[in-house]
Amino acid sequence: MTSIGTGYDLSASTYSPDGRIFQVEYANKAVENSGTAIGLKVKDGVVLAVEKLVHSKLLVPGANRRIQTVDRHIGLATAGLPADARTVGNRARDEASSHRDFYRAPPTLKTIVDRIGQFVQVYTLYSSVRPFGISTIMGAVDKDGPSLYVIEPSGVFYGYHGAAVGKGRQLAKTELEKLKLSELTAREAVIEAARIIYLVHEDAKEKQFELEMSWIGSETNGVHVPVPQDLFDEAESKAKEALVSGFE
Amino acid sequence: MDRIDFQQLKSGEVNLGTSIMAVQFSNGVVIGADSRTTTGSYIANRVTDKLTHVHDRVYCCRSGSAADTQAIADIVHYYLQMATQTTGERPSVHTAASVFQKLCYENKDGLSAGIIVAGWDKEVGPSVYNIPLGGGLFRQPWAIGGSGSTYVYGYCDATYQDGWGRDQTVEFVKNTLALAMARDGSSGGTIRMCVITEEGVERLFIPGNELPQFWSGSEVLAAPKTKVVLDPQVAPMVVE
Repeated sequence: MTSIGTGYDLSASTYSPDGRIFQVEYANKAVENSGTAIGLKVKDGVVLAVEKLVHSKLLVPGANRRIQTVDRHIGLATAGLPADARTVGNRARDEASSHRDFYRAPPTLKTIVDRIGQFVQVYTLYSSVRPFGISTIMGAVDKDGPSLYVIEPSGVFYGYHGAAVGKGRQLAKTELEKLKLSELTAREAVIEAARIIYLVHEDAKEKQFELEMSWIGSETNGVHVPVPQDLFDEAESKAKEALVSGFE
Repeated sequence: MDRIDFQQLKSGEVNLGTSIMAVQFSNGVVIGADSRTTTGSYIANRVTDKLTHVHDRVYCCRSGSAADTQAIADIVHYYLQMATQTTGERPSVHTAASVFQKLCYENKDGLSAGIIVAGWDKEVGPSVYNIPLGGGLFRQPWAIGGSGSTYVYGYCDATYQDGWGRDQTVEFVKNTLALAMARDGSSGGTIRMCVITEEGVERLFIPGNELPQFWSGSEVLAAPKTKVVLDPQVAPMVVE
């Protein structure tokens, strides 16, 4: 970034002369420093997985979850500032519940992502606010089947078969590309997700991490829930095995 | 009580003392209504269209206050257009019915509206929703409404059967409405019907002089059962 300190980065409401909004780019930096979060859209569901970096041994295991539930059938995983993630998660829940109230029907993920995209974008317009320092992966199984989106700090969102945000996103994306996502079952995808998170975690550089995984699919009856303990344990041990054999 | 009684129409308010109906069949719905609109005993409109478009494949049958139900249908029409623009697809019949229900329930003290919502959507196919006066929401295979409907519940119960095709359903709606119109003073005129399927909406019209006829009484109430044959032997009295 060549123009740092030229005064164009002090507010989200100011463009730089070449048409960029530095505050939004800085928000992306906040995302890049965070533990990786991935999402997999497969034939019968969606799997979300997060590499939650644990900054202190004194923390209770399972604290500061980075996967949230938005509606019965919608899950959300984030990379970036955890406090911002709560704000966006709360907003998503509000949108989902008001949709249910008005239409007496569950919202599609597209409608929620649309609203959250607008919500996030508004924070790039005013000098009094700071853009959200998170990238949000949202997954759901709705009336149109499984779907997966990523909302960036700028407010743009794209639909994906496989998504990765945060520190290890590059490696995670190449791993996701190797998978035949549309042929996988959610159960198989959980194994792959755990493997990818373990793979992208830089053991030497980082402190401890906790794997966090949730899924929505035919096996969960279309409900967003944490991956059951037995499957989680299986996935985690396979991930560790793969890591060891990968180094050989 | 100091509460204003909204159940009563304002003097001069136009009423749809009506016979309306909707029936689902294998691949669509048939909706129908009479065409009479009254202010008191005066027929304000004898060719009213009570079958109101709210979206491509969703219509409603209106009963109660003409003004209230027109306003509600307009608002729902607006919301459904907005929903279509934001989601990029046609709203379901359930969505439309839910919006109707919300408006009817939340404003129940100020409204006089009994509405039947019916149509076709790609999620569930044909469906019929009844929203009676208090603002409830009920999915039914068939629904009748308006003042005329009270006279034909028995006919509908005895006649309706699952698995009908289009033509049988149209006949059922036509006959039911004709019977209701014949007994209900606030219903009458013509029959309007719509057949809503995936392919489109077909409008049908039965003029007042082509309504189905049912038993309508004998000419002279106390007429003798057999004709009296005069005895030819008895000569008529000569009149001078």
